[in-house]
This record gives sequence, structure tokens and C-alpha cells, in this order.
Amino acid sequence: MEKINKMTKGTVAGIIANLVFVEVDGPVQQNEICYIDLEGTKLMAEVIKINGTQAYVQVFESTRGLKVNHTVEFTGHMLEVTLGPGILSKNYDGLQNDLDKMDGVFLKRGEHTNPLEDEKKWGFKPLAKAGDVLEAGGWIGEVKENWMPHKIMIPFKFKGKYTIKSVADAGEYTILDEIAVVTDEKGKEINLTMTQKWPVKLAIKAYKEKPRPFKLLETGVRVIDTLNPIAEGGTGFIPGPFGTGKTVLQHALSKQADADMIIVAACGERANEVVEIFTEFPELDDPRTGRKLMERTTIIANTSNMPVAAREASVYTAMTLAEYYRAMGLKVLLLADSTSRWAQALREMSNRMEELPGQDAFPMDLPAIISNFYSRAGFTYLNNGESGSITFIGTVSPAGGNLKEPVTESTKKAARCFYALSQARADSKRYPAIDALESYSKYAEYPELQDYFRKNIDPEWPEKITLARDILIRSREVSEQINILGDDGVPVEYHERFWKGEVMDFIICQQDAFDKVDCSASLKRQKEMLNKVLGIYHTNFTFESFEEVGTYFKRVINNMKQMNYAIYESDSYLEKEKELNSIIEERKTA
Amino acid sequence: METKAFQKIYTKITQITKATCSLKATGIGYEEMAIVHGRLAQVVKIMGEDVTLQIFSGTEGIPTNAEVVFLGRPPVLKVGEELSGRFFDAYGDPIDGRPAIEGEERQIGGPSVNPVRRKQPSEFIPTGIAGIDLNNALVTGQKIPFFADPDQPYNEVMAMVALRADADKIILGGMGLTNDDYLYYKHVFENAGALDRIISFVNTTENPPVERILVPDMALTAAEYFAVDKKQKVLVLLTDMTLYADALSIVSNRMDQIPSKDSMPGSLYSDLAKIYEKAVQFPDGGSITIIAVTTLSGGDITHAIPDNTGYITEGQLFLRKDTDIGKVVVDPFRSLSRLKQLVIGTKTRADHPQVMNAAIRLYADAANAKTKQENGFDLTDYDERTLNFAKDYSTKLLAIDVNIEVDQMLETSWTLFGEHFSKIEVGIKQEFVDKHWPKENEVK
Repeated sequence: MEKINKMTKGTVAGIIANLVFVEVDGPVQQNEICYIDLEGTKLMAEVIKINGTQAYVQVFESTRGLKVNHTVEFTGHMLEVTLGPGILSKNYDGLQNDLDKMDGVFLKRGEHTNPLEDEKKWGFKPLAKAGDVLEAGGWIGEVKENWMPHKIMIPFKFKGKYTIKSVADAGEYTILDEIAVVTDEKGKEINLTMTQKWPVKLAIKAYKEKPRPFKLLETGVRVIDTLNPIAEGGTGFIPGPFGTGKTVLQHALSKQADADMIIVAACGERANEVVEIFTEFPELDDPRTGRKLMERTTIIANTSNMPVAAREASVYTAMTLAEYYRAMGLKVLLLADSTSRWAQALREMSNRMEELPGQDAFPMDLPAIISNFYSRAGFTYLNNGESGSITFIGTVSPAGGNLKEPVTESTKKAARCFYALSQARADSKRYPAIDALESYSKYAEYPELQDYFRKNIDPEWPEKITLARDILIRSREVSEQINILGDDGVPVEYHERFWKGEVMDFIICQQDAFDKVDCSASLKRQKEMLNKVLGIYHTNFTFESFEEVGTYFKRVINNMKQMNYAIYESDSYLEKEKELNSIIEERKTA
Repeated sequence: METKAFQKIYTKITQITKATCSLKATGIGYEEMAIVHGRLAQVVKIMGEDVTLQIFSGTEGIPTNAEVVFLGRPPVLKVGEELSGRFFDAYGDPIDGRPAIEGEERQIGGPSVNPVRRKQPSEFIPTGIAGIDLNNALVTGQKIPFFADPDQPYNEVMAMVALRADADKIILGGMGLTNDDYLYYKHVFENAGALDRIISFVNTTENPPVERILVPDMALTAAEYFAVDKKQKVLVLLTDMTLYADALSIVSNRMDQIPSKDSMPGSLYSDLAKIYEKAVQFPDGGSITIIAVTTLSGGDITHAIPDNTGYITEGQLFLRKDTDIGKVVVDPFRSLSRLKQLVIGTKTRADHPQVMNAAIRLYADAANAKTKQENGFDLTDYDERTLNFAKDYSTKLLAIDVNIEVDQMLETSWTLFGEHFSKIEVGIKQEFVDKHWPKENEVK
């Protein structure tokens, strides 16, 4: 990435909404960042097309009042983020401006704030010593960021091998202080600080290899962990019509998932949802560390009323930050809500550029853009033998709830887990509205992951999951028959089969995200509950009439629900468990 | 709108379409306002010296030598306490025969609130309608539309909600209102003696449709003045947003943009979001709450307008005529208030969430029983009881003419549970059952 020596300048030649045409006086690069001077206010923009001496730029802010002949300065680099300690717990906009540093209630155009703190001192501890040879991403030292070891690395932009000449002693330093001197292969000395920059559109590849995911990522959501598990370093997506609980589910994941760091990219969604995170996360405890959730969370907020062009930037910014932390050997969970809004931003711009449209007026290269983005997630082995991962879960907001629309279709090809939210389940308040049968996890079929299950949960676990799904399928089939033939038109055993599926649905698939206890279930607890439900399935009961079946199983469900609501292995839990056993004994066929 | 001295007057229009005209001009700012042949217009495109203006009231009768004057500023609204009790058109000019107001000029369609400067909405807005307060509680800073077919009484319900809700100011943004509906609102507000806290921006079907585009921005600029400067609780009513979106599609069509789904502009989501996201709760007490109407065609919510709206707003309310009791009810299945979790059970009684869910689940069982009945199957005793419950529930709670406090709604629900069901069938947490189960039905 060579810098162009003399900075190119230009003047505004035309304006259509946030697409601006600029006459340039020198070389420009595709995706280069420039600033348009609107009477003192600097509007940030990105080059998206070049035609002769005219650059087409998309402006990340409102162009109100912009005039022909306003001057433009090009920066010589693409959209970059600043990487260094201080990113955790921050609230950024899509361009990595620190929202908390901005003045006033309203966002002002052209206001750019420092994403990090220049003055803050960090306790540095060297990890490398003089003479060590490292590559880009190699660990030089670490500082404590909240409670996490934040590694200071050889900048990702560096190519080849670097020899450490000197490293600063343990002590307090700011991000701008020199903490190491390295020499490149030609012997040139380079001074390093704790920060570096990276262009967001490019993937950070400072790792040795990316194996197939082979570990489970615990989320505490039963219908995911038990029935449709996602792997650490895996990708998943949640499409669903509005009102089916996409965001509630994402928030649940961000609160409970077993990850070192969570990055939430609120891309083109409701501002109040981001405010919910701002408000709740500093208060909520992280069950694994006992610290506040905000301490492991970074938020990229580009809500639906913020500039459209910055939506695209926001997901890339989020991914780049995730890659940075992955290179430190951390387990990162990246959530993006929603990638459809990003696709719509692409569509708006493609339309203004008068490009030939693809399906539903989306740009033709949409599938390529999406799969390229999902491919940046993954489990990696770093060059020093450590491992780090990015698990990525995106939501998709299909227009009209139609899963055949281009964004959903393209995402389906890229993501390995599919969590289908069903309108019918949402309507009958069966939350989370994930349809356990429509959804799938390709990871559940990975032999690597199946081994992991057998070793870490239960030797029979994969078979049990298959059986659980079968029970749900049979229950659904029977329910259709009952609807057609009537309650007394089918044998009593059919009702029993239906209700055993309902037990599975109510106790395993459904979960109360707003209940303090039920919102998250440990793997141990999930295993115990699944075994109980399967135990009921394997039990033969005696019933005289179909009315008895419904009444009986409603008692079973009610009892087991109280167990889900009770603190695991507490007195009330054990009491309900005893009660359940006696309920089962009542009807058990001798 | 007066022209100032020394303003350059252009008289050579080079191109005229149904909604726009173009001319050669220099030094023009994007989105600047202009007057073309006495009509208001706005800059929508600049290419070198060629400036394209969108003329809100249409281009009928505009000659190529018409006078064009640029005003050097984007559209503005004059704000001040004097706005209260007044009626304005889409440009912010009075239509009530009284003089124009004096006040500070504010640009409409201004910047967004920094998300970190918002406060999480947490104040319950009671409306007295159980279908709303009990099942879909509204919260200050929320944005929620009624999804209604054109034949449903949404304007009446909106007016009712507006007058019952506890707000310092009510701002009506009427887009494509029929003259009758406009007079209805005016009449209701006057009769309630509430006119001094109401401000209306109205575009009726008699006005050109493209003018509607300005109405939400005008209404929300006024709302921001009261919410930010005066720290007041402002309720904004927008009706009908479908007609607003239709006006957007007319403009984009005339500007040769490629239409996306349902011939709507590709930017529909962002355009609607810009309006609805003005709903906000500020930490110092000011707030803007938006209740809108989106009319549907034949109940189709997959159409681009309700679909995009649903992804932006915090829930939606459906009205339905319940033929069993002959009244309009707020549909408990399809309606949803996303922010209700922030107030129910905390700002209202602790049993509220569970009572709400249990009642809706039992009401759903009644719907299943009804299907069974219609298909000619025998009903069980439980089915019969759910049907009776559903009827009582509709009459005593869901019907929009019911006007009671939220505690009373909960009590009524418990009474109905006790009358029709056993404790196990209701399936509510034991502690609430112990506390609220009606004494006379203790045996169940």
C-alpha cells in the first residue's frame, strides 16, 4: 500500500443525493477516501467509480447545501480503522468515530472523533525480546484492557520477517509512545507504537491456518445448543419476518454466548435497540467472569437514520475489529443486525450510478459480496501456535417475509447454520420462534464436532439429537392428522405421540428470554432436561380417552416449565423434579 | 415567502417534466429551495451548471420563461410557542385564517440524534384501551403504526388515543387526509378543549400529492422544538404513511429511478426510517412518540410499504372487527409492541406479563376450538370453556370502547381465568396465582 506522494485534489462537478461527481487533478485509487470541503465542514466520502478525470464518490453524510466547485482533498488510502488498546466497551459509529466524544444531542456533519485515547496510560508487559523474529501479527507485548490481555503486535501491513531490536520495559505507556524497534529483512529500522491502521475492506490474514470448526460455541439457548448447534468459528444467519424476535435472539446471544469478546454491529436498525445495549450491558453481569457485560463488548452503531453509505462501512469495520482481536488468540463473537440493510445501501447506490440491476434491483455482485464477507469469520491457528476465532451470526430481514429474495438466498449459500424464525410460532407466542425442524446446522454433521459432543457432553449425544428431532417431526405429522380427522377420529396413542412432541417443544425449544433464570441454560442443564424429555418419550402411559392425554401432559409441561424457571439444583428445582417423577409414576404402564 | 433584494432572477428553463424543471444556474446548494413561477421547488440534482428542481405542486402551466428565484436555504419551519393550537399546510403556512407566526427558522429534516445521547424509553403511556395497555403497552419514545384496511376506523382510534394519552403536545401530520377526516380531527380536538396543545400540519386530497413529502418533516421539526428546547412530552400522529410513500414513488418515477419491489423507490426503507427514527426519549424528560397509520390493501402486510415499516417501527397494531361481539377490537395475535417489556411488570403490576401471555394463549386455544367447531368436530369441555372465555375477553377487555385503568384490566383477567379455568390450565407462576386467583374459585 504505497502512499501517493503528492495528494490529489479535486472539485465538485455534480450532486445527486449522496453520490457526488468530482473532477480530479491527479491519480486516485478505487475506494480511496476523500474529504469534501463544504464551507469549512469536511464531509468524508469514498471513491466508488472512476471515469476519466471524474471520480464518483459516495458521501458518508448529508450533502445538503453542497455546491459545484467546492474543493475535495484525497487522502491516498482506503477506509481504515485504528487498532490498539481502548476499543473494548466503546460505542462507535460505522466509521469508527467514538460516539461518546461527540458534542451535543444531534450528530453534526463532518465531526470526526478519535477512536482511542491518546493520553491514557496502559500497563505494558513485554512478551518478545531482542533478537526474536516475528511476522505481521506476532506478539510483542501485552496490556490489560479491562480484564483481557490485549496483545501488541507487529502491524498487519508489514510483509516478511522482522527482527526485534528492542522492546520497552514493563511499565506505563500511552498508545503513542514507542514500545519497540524492529528491523526488516533489509535491515531498516522501524519504530512501533501500540496502534496500527488497517483498511476495512481487506481481510487480515495474519494466521497460519484455518481448520474446519471442531468445537461447540455455547449460547445458552436450548434450541440452538441442543438441536442446531453452532461451532466456534462458525457462521450462521437468522432470517425472519419482522416481529418474530430476531433482535431479542441476537441480544440473548450477545449476553450469554461463551465468548471472550462480543462485537455488535447494529447496521441500519432501530436506534432504541442499540440504546437497550448501551443501557443494559454496563449493568448486566457476565455469568462467566462476574464482570459487567459491557467490559467485553464493543458496539458499532449505524442505525437506520444514520447516513446510508456508512452502513456498508459499519459491517466491515466490525469485522476488522473482530479480526484484530482474533489475532490476539481470543474467541470473538460478531453479531450483525441486519445484513439486509447493508444490501439495501448497496442497492441505493447502484441505482444512483444507473448500473443495470439484478433481481429486485439489487446489484449483480451481491452474492459475491456476501459470501466474501462471511468467509472472513473462522477458527484460526496463529503463527505462534495459539488459536483464535470469529463466530459470525448475521440477521437477514427478508422483504415480505419471503425467503426466496436475493439477500436471503445469497446468505444461505454462505452461512453454515440457518435459524429459521417462524411467523406461526411467533403468533402463538412460542418463543424463541426458531422452527427447530426448518432450521439446520451443518456443523452437527461434522465428524469433528460429533466427536466433541461424545467426549464433552454425552457418548450418545448425536443419536439423542436425531431422536429429539424425530419426535418433533412425528408430533407435527400426528397433529396434522388430528386436525383433519378430529380428536376422536384417531387412536388415543396418536394423542400421546402428539403430546410427547409438545413436551419437547415447550421444555426444550421454548425458552423465556426475559426470565432471569430461564434465559440461559448451561450445557449440563440442557443435557439433563433433554434426558428427562427423552425419558418421558420412552415411557409407556395408560390412558382411557384422548381428553385424559391432553390434561395429563399439560400437568407434565407445567411442572417441567417450573423447573426451567427455577435455579438449577435449587430446593424448588429438586422439589419440582420429585413432583415430576411422581406425576410420571401415576400413569406409567406397569 | 418573499424574495429579497439583489436576488438573481433566472428566466430560462431548459427542460420541463411533470414534476421537475431544469435550468442553468451557478452557486446553487444541494436541497436548496427555489420559487418557480410562484411555486415552491427544491434542488434535487446538480450536474455542472444544470440544476434540476422538483416542483411540489406540479409543473402544469409553467412556461419556459418563468421566473425562477433561489432562496439560498433548505426548507425551514418557523418554530415557537405560538405554534400551539394552529393549523398549517405542508409548507408550514397557516391555513386557519390567522396570521403567520413569528419565530426562529429551523431547517426541516435535520440531523439524527446521537444514539449515545438517547435514553432507553421507560415511561408507560396509558390509553385506557386494554388491547393496547394490557397486551401492547406503549412507551414514550416509541414509534408504532396502526396497520389498517381503509374501511377501519383508524382515524377515530388515533384521535381517541391522542386525547387520552398523557402528552404535553400533540402534533398531527395529515397526508392525503380527506377533507372530511381533516374536519373530524379538528372537531374532536376542539370539542375536547385540547386545541391549545395540538398543532396540525395538513395536506388534504385537495392539495397536490407531492407536497405530502414535506408533512412528516414539518411535524417532526415542530416536535423536536418542543421535545428538545422545551423538554416536553410530544406525541406525533402521522396519517396516512401509505399515501406519503406513494408520493415518494411518484417522485422517483418522474426522476427515472429504477423501481424496486412494488414500484417503490429503492430507498424506501431509509426514507421511512429517517421519519420514524425521530421518535426518541431524551434523558432530561423530553420525548417524541410517533403513532402512525399505514393503510393496507386487502390486509396484505407483505407489500413493500407495510413490510419496510414493520422493520423500522417498534411493533404494529391491528384493528379487527370481532363478529362474535359486533365490536372493533385490537387484534391480540397480530399486534405487537416491542417496547412493552420495558414497562410491563415494572411500571405496572408484577403479574402483568404472565397474565397477558396466559390470556392470549387461552384466546388462541379458543380460535383453535372455533376452527374445530366450524369443521364439524365435537368440542371438548375445555374447548367450550375457551370459547366462553374468548367472548368475555373480547367484550370486557379487547373492545376499543372499553376505557379502564391497567390494574382493573388485570383484575378483570384474573376474574375471567377463575370463572372459566383451573389454575393448571392457566399455567401462571405459582406466586402470582397465590396472590391474585379469585377467592370464589379457590377450589379449581
